[in-house]
Amino acid sequence: MSSVYECPCCGYRYHQDLGDEHEGLAPGTSFSELPEDWVCPDCSVRYKEDFQPTN
Amino acid sequence: MAKQNMKTYTLATDAGDISYIDTKRYLWMASLAYALIPFLGIGTHALFGHQAWLALPLFVAYVVGPVLDWWLGEDENNPPEEIVPLLEADSYYRLLPVLTVPLHFASLIGAAYWASTQALSWWGVLLLAISAGIANGLGINTGHELGHKKTQLERNLAKIVLAVPAYGHFSIEHNRGHHRDVATPEDPASSRMGESIYKFARREIPGAFRRAWAVEDERLTRKGVSVLSWENEILQSYAVTFVLQIALIATFGWMMIPFLAIHNFLAWWQLTSANYIEHYGLLRQKEPNGRYERCQPYHSWNSNHKYTNLVLFHLERHSDHHAHPTRRYQSLRNFKDVPRLPNGYNGMFPLAYVPSLWFRVMDPRLMALPHIDGDMTRINIDPEKKEALYAKYGVAGHIENIPATKAV
Repeated sequence: MSSVYECPCCGYRYHQDLGDEHEGLAPGTSFSELPEDWVCPDCSVRYKEDFQPTN
Repeated sequence: MAKQNMKTYTLATDAGDISYIDTKRYLWMASLAYALIPFLGIGTHALFGHQAWLALPLFVAYVVGPVLDWWLGEDENNPPEEIVPLLEADSYYRLLPVLTVPLHFASLIGAAYWASTQALSWWGVLLLAISAGIANGLGINTGHELGHKKTQLERNLAKIVLAVPAYGHFSIEHNRGHHRDVATPEDPASSRMGESIYKFARREIPGAFRRAWAVEDERLTRKGVSVLSWENEILQSYAVTFVLQIALIATFGWMMIPFLAIHNFLAWWQLTSANYIEHYGLLRQKEPNGRYERCQPYHSWNSNHKYTNLVLFHLERHSDHHAHPTRRYQSLRNFKDVPRLPNGYNGMFPLAYVPSLWFRVMDPRLMALPHIDGDMTRINIDPEKKEALYAKYGVAGHIENIPATKAV
C-alpha cells in the first residue's frame, strides 16, 4: 500500500507519513481519511479520486 | 542532455535534437514597464505642464492597447512540450514577476505624491488615482501569476503585491475557489450569458471575499487555529495594506482617503473585467455522480493577441492556465479550436462596459461555439434572462423541455 499520492495535473504529492502542515493535515493522516470532496491544494483541478498512488 | 544559452533551448532526444527560441523572451519586460504606467502621465505633465497629460495612461490602456493588438495581431506559437521543463527552470522568467512587485508600490506612492504636491484640480487627482488603479489592477495579475506557484517566496510575494490594491484575499479565493468552481453557476467569478458586467460585479466582488474567507476558515479550523489569527493569510496581506495605506494618509493628508478608495476600486474593477470576459456563458456539465465535468479547454475564452499577452503574463491563454494552473506564463500554450475573443483584454474591457454591444458581439460567438452549437442547455445563463434569451435564441416558452441536443 503506497503512502504517497500524486496529483496527475500538477505533481503535488500527499505523503501520509508527513501529512500537510499548511493544510492542517496532521502527520499520519491517511489518504482515505481525507474528505471525499478534497481537491488538490496546489492546482484545484483534480479531486481526491484522481490522485495516483506512487512511490 | 540539455544545452542552454541566452536564447536557444536545445534538447537531445532519441528522435533527434529539439530546438526552440523564445522570440518573446525579452519582450516579457513589457509587463515591468506597464506596472509603471502612472509615471507616463506624471512625466508628461511635468514636461509639458498641462494636467490633461495625466490622462495619457488611460489613452495607452484603452486606445493604444486595443489598436496594438489589432495591428500586431496574434501569436499562436507554442514551445514544444519537451522544452517546457527547460523554460520553467529558467530563472530569468521567474525573476520578471518578482521584479514587478516593488514597481506596483512605486506606482501608487508616486501617484499619491504627485496628487498631493502639485496644484491639480479635482479631475487631475482623479486621473492619477485611476492610472494608479490601472497599474495595480495589473498588480493583481502579478499576484495571480505568483500566487499560483509552489515556492513559498512567490506565494509570499503574491500576498505582498495584492496588498497594494487591498485585495489580499485574491489568491485563496482564486486558487481554491474559482479554479474549483470555474464555469459553473456556483462560481461568483464566472459570468453568465445575459449578465451585464455591472450586475456581475455585484455578485463577483462580495462573492470573492465570502468564498476566500470561508476557504481560509476551513483550513485554519483543520489546524485548530482561530480564523482571527496571524496564520490567516488574508489578514497577513491586509496588514500590509493597512500599513501602506495608513502611511500614505499620514504622509499626504486626508485627500488620500478618496484617492485610495478610487485606486483600490479601479484595481478591483480590472480584475472584475478580466473575470467577466474569461468564462462568459461557458458551462461545465454535471456528471451522474453530481460532480461537474473537469474543466476543459472550451470552458475559457482565449486571446493570442501579442501586446496584451505580453503585459499580462500570458493570462489570455486562459484555457491552458485552467488546465495547468501552476504552469508558468512563458510555457502557456495556445490550443486550436478553443473559444477566441476578437481582441485582447484591453479591447474587450471597454466593450464589456457597454452591455448592449457586449451581448451583440459575444452572444452569437457563444452560441456558435462547436461544443454548444446553439444548445442553450450547455450555456451558463443568468436565470433572470433565461426566458428572454431562450425566446431570442432557443425555443420560446418551453424552458423546462428544451431538448438536450441542438435547439431550433
